[in-house]
Amino acid sequence: MEKTDTSVIHGLWALTNRELIKWYRTPVLLFMTLIQPVIWLGLFGQAMNFSKFFGSSGLPSAEVGALLKGVFGVSDYFSYMAVGMLTFVILFTAMFSGMSIVWDRRFGFLDKVLSTPVSRGAIVMGKVFSSVVRSLIQASIVLVLAVLLGMDTGSITAAGVAGTFLALFLLTIGLSTFFLMLALRSNDWQTQQAIMNLLNLPLLFGSNALFPLTAMPPWLQDFVRINPISYTTDIGRQLLLGAPGFAPLGFDFLFLIGFSVLFSTVGIVMSWKLLTK
Amino acid sequence: MQSDGYIIKVDGLSKSFNGKLKAVDSLSFDVREREIFGFLGPNGAGKTTTIKMLTTLLKPTSGSAEVCGYDINSNANDVRAAIGIVPQEYTADEDLTGYQNIRFCADLYGIPRTVSKDRTKELLDLVGLQESAGRKVQTYSGGMRRRLEIACGLINHPRLLFLDEPTLGLDVQTRTAVWDYIKKLKLDYGMTLFMTTHYLEEADGVCDRIAIIDHGKLVKVGAPAELKAGLGGDIIELGIREDSDDLTPLIMQSKSVKGVKKIGSTYRIKAELGEEAAPDIIEAIRSKGYHVTRISVTKPSMDQVYLEYTGRTLRDAEAERADMFGQRVTLRRARSR
Repeated sequence: MEKTDTSVIHGLWALTNRELIKWYRTPVLLFMTLIQPVIWLGLFGQAMNFSKFFGSSGLPSAEVGALLKGVFGVSDYFSYMAVGMLTFVILFTAMFSGMSIVWDRRFGFLDKVLSTPVSRGAIVMGKVFSSVVRSLIQASIVLVLAVLLGMDTGSITAAGVAGTFLALFLLTIGLSTFFLMLALRSNDWQTQQAIMNLLNLPLLFGSNALFPLTAMPPWLQDFVRINPISYTTDIGRQLLLGAPGFAPLGFDFLFLIGFSVLFSTVGIVMSWKLLTK
Repeated sequence: MQSDGYIIKVDGLSKSFNGKLKAVDSLSFDVREREIFGFLGPNGAGKTTTIKMLTTLLKPTSGSAEVCGYDINSNANDVRAAIGIVPQEYTADEDLTGYQNIRFCADLYGIPRTVSKDRTKELLDLVGLQESAGRKVQTYSGGMRRRLEIACGLINHPRLLFLDEPTLGLDVQTRTAVWDYIKKLKLDYGMTLFMTTHYLEEADGVCDRIAIIDHGKLVKVGAPAELKAGLGGDIIELGIREDSDDLTPLIMQSKSVKGVKKIGSTYRIKAELGEEAAPDIIEAIRSKGYHVTRISVTKPSMDQVYLEYTGRTLRDAEAERADMFGQRVTLRRARSR
């Protein structure tokens, strides 16, 4: 028998690379995943102009600024929600990675991969890693667009950006494995689409991506506190905007590390057990 | 590697879906090293389910099998490394080029990149795809896709290659070309081939041994010539206008008749020296006042073997297949939209 390199890395790299080739060969995909956050930034973010709302009621602008700072931690709402959009783009990309495994199963591609000795865990992690690369690139584009549209750059530092992207990285790993686990045995893309639509808005509104949790009803606050999206946004706001967070930075990171390690471990174990019917 | 010369040993293999539907029902058979083993059966007989179990894509409900010396349950990864598969569907990634697809398969088998580079070229040559290697697979024709699947199935130089309906949906010319590759592979690489097909005349010409499977059960195994001889003579088909009466006892009275099967108003009669037996039978039937509407005498062929053991004509199976193929095309369209 010939010598082969059956290390997990070899197969993992091939599987990740395959997803990435498909992605950069189809620019329209990148465009589609960016449309949603751009619409939120450009339409919702720009129109939801709290300083104007309060300014037009005759309050002095200094007081309006203080008011907003009290509620959002920053003096303009656009910067506040722009950070939320970074996590939104991650959520979106992660959801599609679940979808892609359904297509692979549906068209026999998954069977081909499963019939090779490649590690079962690598099949799932290849999708997770390609989703990581994709979402971090997309998040960078969203961040640049947000700055161009007027996000407050006063407190941005290189270390802050790096820390934020580390948080985004952890979030993608956890969320992608979560959506992949939901899709592991499914060959029905319609169900998968329905699941995505069902989870999409609750996960977004059940976080602090758009609104601070202080004004939310207590039951929703409880949900926000277990939603990993909240901790990622919290890190982004503290590091990019210098705003106070709802939890200390250290706790935010610990939560995200726990979330991503737990979900990727469970995901790998489940792929051993569930990929083969 | 096997001292006993068998590369596949199947023992009581069964698979049920959802606890009741028995797709494969305690199959037992062996495949010899370096033979072309054909798996024949009507649609839904359990051929693909069996292949999926032997290639570790499905877990058996009960029973076991040894492939290339490894148990499919406990040593699945060793089985995977030793075999190659050419599946029924086109499974290549349409968004990648032919070249990228083969390299990708090589990576999944853990073949070092320096080796896979040369081997990919060699395989592209073998299947005649070197010209179109740089094009995306979505621009390929059916025959080109099938050849690409064959190339992918050979990337790890397997000792045993599984082919599930390798010529399904191909035109006659491409089918011939694919069979040529398959025979060449056996010669060049000394491989064992395990294949399913519903082109009986092709199975007859290519396979060393054939297994006929129906309703998940093995009904017959043997060399094509053996199976045909086992039919016990020629087949006379008689159409009788009066199909309400059963003429079986009457026909059985003729001396060279070995068996009679009534299918509607048609009788399938097994007889030695059919051309001599037929006039006697017709005589006997006419003398009782019945009318013969149609007669044919056929020497045994794989078609008859198939009909004998499965009770279905090839045409029935073909029609079902056309349905299935139509569905698959629709699916493919839905995706590309």
